[in-house]
Amino acid sequence: MAGILIYSDKDKLALELITAAHQIATVLGQEIKAVAINNDAQAQVLASAGADTYIISNAEIVQADVAAVAAALQQTAEQLGIDTVLLASNRRGKELAGRLAQIMGAGCLTDIAGIKVADNKIECQRNALGGATVAIQYIAAPRKVIAIMPRAFEPAGAGTGKISHLDVAARSSGVKMLELKEKSSDSVDIEGANILVAVGEGLNSQGDLGMVETLAQKLGGVIACSKPVATDKKWLPEDRIIGLSGKKCKPELAVLLGISGQVQFTVGIRDAKTIVAVNTDENAPVNQMADYILNADLHEVVAGLNKALA
Amino acid sequence: MNIVVAMKQIPDLQQIRIRNRKPVFDDVPMTLGAIDKNALEVGVSIKESQGGKVTVLSAGNEDLEDTIKEALAAGADEALLVIDDALAVAGSDVIAMVLAAAVKKMEAAELIIFGEGSGDNYSGQVGSRVAAILDWPQVGYASSLELNGNMLRAARSLEDGEEIVEVTLPAVVTVISGINEPRIPSVTQILKAGKKPKEVLEPEDLGLQIPAEAQVLSLSNLAPESERKQVVLKSVDELVQALKNENVIGR
Ligand SMILES: Cc1cc2nc3c(=O)[nH]c(=O)nc-3n(C[C@H](O)[C@H](O)[C@H](O)COP(=O)(O)OP(=O)(O)OC[C@H]3O[C@@H](n4cnc5c(N)ncnc54)[C@H](O)[C@@H]3O)c2cc1C
Ligand SMILES: Nc1ncnc2c1ncn2[C@@H]1O[C@H](COP(=O)(O)O)[C@@H](O)[C@H]1O
Repeated sequence: MAGILIYSDKDKLALELITAAHQIATVLGQEIKAVAINNDAQAQVLASAGADTYIISNAEIVQADVAAVAAALQQTAEQLGIDTVLLASNRRGKELAGRLAQIMGAGCLTDIAGIKVADNKIECQRNALGGATVAIQYIAAPRKVIAIMPRAFEPAGAGTGKISHLDVAARSSGVKMLELKEKSSDSVDIEGANILVAVGEGLNSQGDLGMVETLAQKLGGVIACSKPVATDKKWLPEDRIIGLSGKKCKPELAVLLGISGQVQFTVGIRDAKTIVAVNTDENAPVNQMADYILNADLHEVVAGLNKALA
Repeated sequence: MNIVVAMKQIPDLQQIRIRNRKPVFDDVPMTLGAIDKNALEVGVSIKESQGGKVTVLSAGNEDLEDTIKEALAAGADEALLVIDDALAVAGSDVIAMVLAAAVKKMEAAELIIFGEGSGDNYSGQVGSRVAAILDWPQVGYASSLELNGNMLRAARSLEDGEEIVEVTLPAVVTVISGINEPRIPSVTQILKAGKKPKEVLEPEDLGLQIPAEAQVLSLSNLAPESERKQVVLKSVDELVQALKNENVIGR
């Protein structure tokens, strides 16, 4: 019986993959197996969530060496007779997905936000055309590598799985990890926020962020942004980016200030319940996805709101 | 140093209209992927500081011959194009097979630079697949690169931090958009671009045949349904009232 193998170096994402695997396995009658590489503690976590877990211990397989991790997973799949591998669609996972698919001779889909099994097909939902459309696709090839977006599934609950050890040959490609500078994690979680006040390139200066922050506080929300505000201007941390390469948010209220509304942005906020757009350009595309439109200078609107909400 | 930059031709996403939830491509011009332009800028700036040659490599339909001028104007020295109608809709596996075969044909390429994701598909597979076929090491999501002889040191931008890695060339690198600001070519550069060398191949010239069966198939591709009120307000006071009516303030 062909099984499903799940892998992510992040415990939480691996647990989400177990849930996704269940959705497939119950329909197709498959077993769920997990692998942990040089991480015994993770093996415990995954086994306690119901997956039969294999530990690979081999110091030559380093996380930063995608080729080495892919080779280890390919050998695991082969030894266990597995044709479907689920990975996380974070950056490491996406990068791994292509390499693993290539050496497995598998078809591959990344950034999968939802799964439905019908007709013996694993129908996968992903954004296409930069987020303008949502495509339903499936892998027709017998071998499959599917990378699942973080948070698309709830982490798996308790279960019981066995832990075993597995030997694979290390195939290092010579990538040396010199340093991992951990980001001081942003304590604000824009994905979980009920109210978001998002700023775009229409904001005049970093100094003007102060009054936007005040507005966010008055509304009981948090501040988020379009990509250039974080990556080009570096006015806010990248964790605050809404969109295709940022976060997908579903707040009750989103106030979009000086954001033009390109698809790569709107894909991250279109599930909001109420959207307010403030933009000086009455033809800005963002207006088409807004419930309330104010064609005005955002700085004046923010100042006015801060006064009105005193 | 022979640097290859892989760039994908895509429809200008800003100009795609949605009708009955379906994307309409009529008269939408082709362009090069935004992040691929960052990849090119990396290649060109390495060349400018250390010497060498930048070849832009692309697989697609015949429109490429025109689209690629943008890359030649922005600093690529020459183009290698693999052209076939089937390549305009081919899957990542096929594109990777074609690009890898083209790289093998070139003289001693040492560094291949990809975008982190293509503008339309954004699946981040092609670079990894090419690295696997060539059996080269890869460094993904680079936010800065430093070359010292044949040693490459890169900072990789991950969700929870920055990873500094080192690798010996040849290698595959994918870059994020934050790595640089792509230059805008001048009018003279655009005029000169047409005269730069351009080699056009067909898959057969690389000894390749495009498989008839796609690995990945699409069942549907529709814009999500959205119903928004689109009420135009005249003042902050009206906005405050609207938010009260929506029950999001003054609770
Ligand atoms: C593969 C890929 C992935 C991407 N991922 C993301 C992503 O995840 N998130 C993201 O945001 N972008 C993403 N982008 C970039 C995206 O295409 C847009 O470039 C970006 O969203 C634009 O940001 P913006 O709306 O803030 O800026 P702009 O497009 O420059 O818009 C600024 C707006 O502000 C308005 N304005 C100016 N002054 C004022 C004022 N005083 N008051 C009010 N309004 C004013 C202008 O009319 C304009 O509409 C991605 C792009 C690519 C190619
Ligand atoms: N048809 C193509 N021709 C040349 N390069 C491509 C092509 N498709 C993808 N690429 C490269 O591969 C990267 C990742 O693409 P993707 O896997 O589609 O997200 C892009 O940013 C390009 O650098």
